[in-house]
Amino acid sequence: MVLLLKCLSPLGFITRRLSAPEFITQCCYHKKVVDHYENPRNVGTLDKQSKNVGTGLVGAPACGDVMKLQIEVDDQGKIVDARFKTFGCGSAIASSSLATEWVKGKSVDEALMIKNTDIAKELCLPPVKLHCSMLAEDAIKAALADYRLKQQDDQQEAVRASN
Amino acid sequence: MTALKNAVKGQGKIYNEPRPLYMDFQATTPMDPRVLDAMLPYQVNYYGNPHSRTHAYGWESESAMETARKQQVADLIGADPREIIFTSGATESNNMAIKGVARFYQAKKRHVITTQTEHKCVLDSCRVLESEGFSITYLPVQTNGLLDLELLEASIRPDTSLLSVMTINNEIGVRQPIEEIGQICRSKGVFFHTDAAQAVGKIPLNVTDCKIDLMSISGHKIYGPKGVGALYVRRRPRVRMEPIQNGGGQERGLRSGTVPTPLAVGLGAACSIAQHEMEYDHNRVSMLANRLVQKIMAGLPDVIMNGDPVRRYPGCVNLSFAYVEGESLLMALKDVALSSGSACTSASLEPSYVLRAIGADEDLAHSSIRFGIGRFTTEEEVDYTAEKCIHQVSRLREMSPLWEMVQEGIDLKSIKWTQH
Repeated sequence: MVLLLKCLSPLGFITRRLSAPEFITQCCYHKKVVDHYENPRNVGTLDKQSKNVGTGLVGAPACGDVMKLQIEVDDQGKIVDARFKTFGCGSAIASSSLATEWVKGKSVDEALMIKNTDIAKELCLPPVKLHCSMLAEDAIKAALADYRLKQQDDQQEAVRASN
Repeated sequence: MTALKNAVKGQGKIYNEPRPLYMDFQATTPMDPRVLDAMLPYQVNYYGNPHSRTHAYGWESESAMETARKQQVADLIGADPREIIFTSGATESNNMAIKGVARFYQAKKRHVITTQTEHKCVLDSCRVLESEGFSITYLPVQTNGLLDLELLEASIRPDTSLLSVMTINNEIGVRQPIEEIGQICRSKGVFFHTDAAQAVGKIPLNVTDCKIDLMSISGHKIYGPKGVGALYVRRRPRVRMEPIQNGGGQERGLRSGTVPTPLAVGLGAACSIAQHEMEYDHNRVSMLANRLVQKIMAGLPDVIMNGDPVRRYPGCVNLSFAYVEGESLLMALKDVALSSGSACTSASLEPSYVLRAIGADEDLAHSSIRFGIGRFTTEEEVDYTAEKCIHQVSRLREMSPLWEMVQEGIDLKSIKWTQH
């Protein structure tokens, strides 16, 4: 009898864990995700033509996820402003919103270090939504790459002008 | 009805928040209190097994079951009571009809025809038949969701045993031309099965007029209990089928197992109420649906209705809101219970196959929301939903890069997207 109880109690523990809220993947959103949706930070647009603005546009409407992330960098290489627009589910909106929050105040190199796993952990994204955080990381990298390209073009123009 | 309203608007069981408005009547329906009244005595008082031949408990249960079968279910669809088999739901009925009929006639006939927009249980049953060596034709639908009858007729082969087409689609509400299809099948000697789970009790259906040989009925789609359904199996000309569930030979040997008397009584009561109130319900639901659609379309640009606008059941409204993703809209409309055809709401990240079959652009398939209106929907609920929808879609469009690009005059189809 005691042996039976000993075998059953871990089962009880497992079933209790399995029914815990974190395992209900689809039916409710984590409150952080809801918060980012209801009070989105940094929705908007920066001037695409400006030399200090890098724009990253990633994803595809056919996949149901498109993120546009823009960063404004000052002359010291520090990101002073960031804006986003997203066509995607709640987790995608939250991931891109969080991404804009995190890049602000970082240098261009520091921003490159932001990983999708950090975003996913912060928002408690379930496994089925991890691709949203990956897209947010791609958006950051795309924006930084675009900024870099613009800076390179700028430098080349300056060299040509001085010649 | 007030009691129902109060019961429904109580605190939520799990999430300790007020419960949302229910606008998902295609997924399931609340049980009509009159159905519950009919069922209760058979749960606690008249609890006998209807197949017990030897005592009063059995006799009274059997009598209730036969009343449900005859006066209620059979009457609603114009069938003979001997042609009604109680099952556990439309999924079981569909399985029985498709696998049972195909397997019975498999010696000479090994071809089954169905459509691409059928319910998953029909498609999956056909897939199982394919693995058994049958050949299945999945007919495409037109962009309005309706079948091309000429294509259907051309697909019928001498070795076709069964054609399965659902009457009303559960996602887009489109109503197939059942009478014409039945006529074609009868003339070619092919059995016609229809999944009428969303249609029975909502539109007039007569199995003789429409020349239907098999029909699946679901209890919980017509304000009846969950866990019960029925299958209509024609006797003249006889449809033979192999049973899927074997046992003591109940339900004419086609579906063994004790018939759950309370559930059968509930289904009967639901069908009876549906028959009496069909016209009133249909008019009311049409009025509410038109109200919803007109309000939304007047308040928002770029809203597309999926499915034929005329040949449909009005209570199932499927709208695509361009440039806004379905799941984010569902999250925004969190105090209304709705459903979406977008990938994010399915476990597989693929958008709804029904929307894909009608040729909806992939991004529009991700942007679709299904509004279900039913017997208990009120005008205030419809108005509230419409206003909330307009407000939230506008808000989400402000956050959408696609909307921004369209406002700037960019053609989205011309952009090379980064695939993932």
